[in-house]
Amino acid sequence: MNAPAVKDLLFRMADDELILAHRHSEWTGLGPLLEEDIAFSSIAQDKLGHAQAMYAIMHEHLDEPDPDTLAFMRNESAMKCCQFVELPNGEYDFSLMRHYLFDAAEYVRWTALTQSSFEPLAKLAFKIRGERKYHLYHAQTWVKQLGSQGSEESHARMQTALREAWPYALGMFEPSEADAALIADGVFVGEQEIYQQWMAFLTPTLTEAALHIPDQVEPVYGGRKGYHTEHLQPLLTEMTEVYRIDPSAEW
Amino acid sequence: MTKNDVLLALESVCDPEIPTISVVDMGIITDVVVIDENNVRVAMTPTFVGCPAIDVMKNDVLQAVKGMGVEHVQVDVNFDVPWSTNLVTEKGRAALLKHGLAPPEQFDTLALELEVLNNVACPYCGSRNTTLKSPFGPTLCRSLHYCNACLQAFEGFKPV
Repeated sequence: MNAPAVKDLLFRMADDELILAHRHSEWTGLGPLLEEDIAFSSIAQDKLGHAQAMYAIMHEHLDEPDPDTLAFMRNESAMKCCQFVELPNGEYDFSLMRHYLFDAAEYVRWTALTQSSFEPLAKLAFKIRGERKYHLYHAQTWVKQLGSQGSEESHARMQTALREAWPYALGMFEPSEADAALIADGVFVGEQEIYQQWMAFLTPTLTEAALHIPDQVEPVYGGRKGYHTEHLQPLLTEMTEVYRIDPSAEW
Repeated sequence: MTKNDVLLALESVCDPEIPTISVVDMGIITDVVVIDENNVRVAMTPTFVGCPAIDVMKNDVLQAVKGMGVEHVQVDVNFDVPWSTNLVTEKGRAALLKHGLAPPEQFDTLALELEVLNNVACPYCGSRNTTLKSPFGPTLCRSLHYCNACLQAFEGFKPV
């Protein structure tokens, strides 16, 4: 097994979950309905749990520091999340659309990972398949409802959200130099394959929601190499504020 | 001392968020190995990966086994056996009901269809004329429902 390649994969996935968990948690107390407030808060907590589990795998199997250090003590340029997850929440339409596009990608990604030759990751993938369904169900329900069963305004808002999210969503599948080794070792099927499965998976739902998938769009890459938007650093500053006061504190 | 003695002792350890159900009946104790009178290993697994109660439960399990006079106790939290609500025992299901939570529907682990949440039996009156309000509740493992028969909101333990 190629350890640097596996770490590259785990950092990409864990950092995505950590940062999106933080963005989702920003809806706590502000959701448009109580149920939605709770939904985003719960999904945030699940995602944080998944990030922590991946950092723990790196700590236990790949000689990385403990999960808290990995989550809270790395600089912006060391973060491997895609730029999609760092974007501000915007309005609820954008948050829902991002939630849907991300969780659909996560669904195909984690389904593929149940077959991973890296056992700790395969076990985690198998473990979280039930949790993930609830996330996707939530996102899918709203995308369909607001897309085709709501009003003209809700449809227009969802279409705009899809158009704005799309270039960044494509950035989730930024090619990585690690993928060749990961594919060869049977750890992961590679971003290109996940992208194709994601497109096939999304299309029926978006069609049912009467939403048009933008075409001829240039993906926004860079996040996987440590190049981020101006939105990430303020998020990291806020997220790590308490932890950095005393990193050695026992919680 | 046998594995059963340890399991019996662990029946006193409860989920801090649902104090009527033990960790054994919850199905989260996945392995117990009694090496000898002074060496016991316990494996457990969280319900949801992000469950914030797992550290508390891990420590409670450790203390419960130490309370049996065992000198060296090791408690590992891992995903070797992925937890599913199908692992909740009959006694556990009764305990959930007593706590006012609809027990999880049994399901085929490979094909969980969330439609099962639409008509969960009401823990108060037993009616299945209920509506899912939200698959997310006050803790990660619960969902919110409304009973159209007795007109009460209730929570369910959601199947995963």
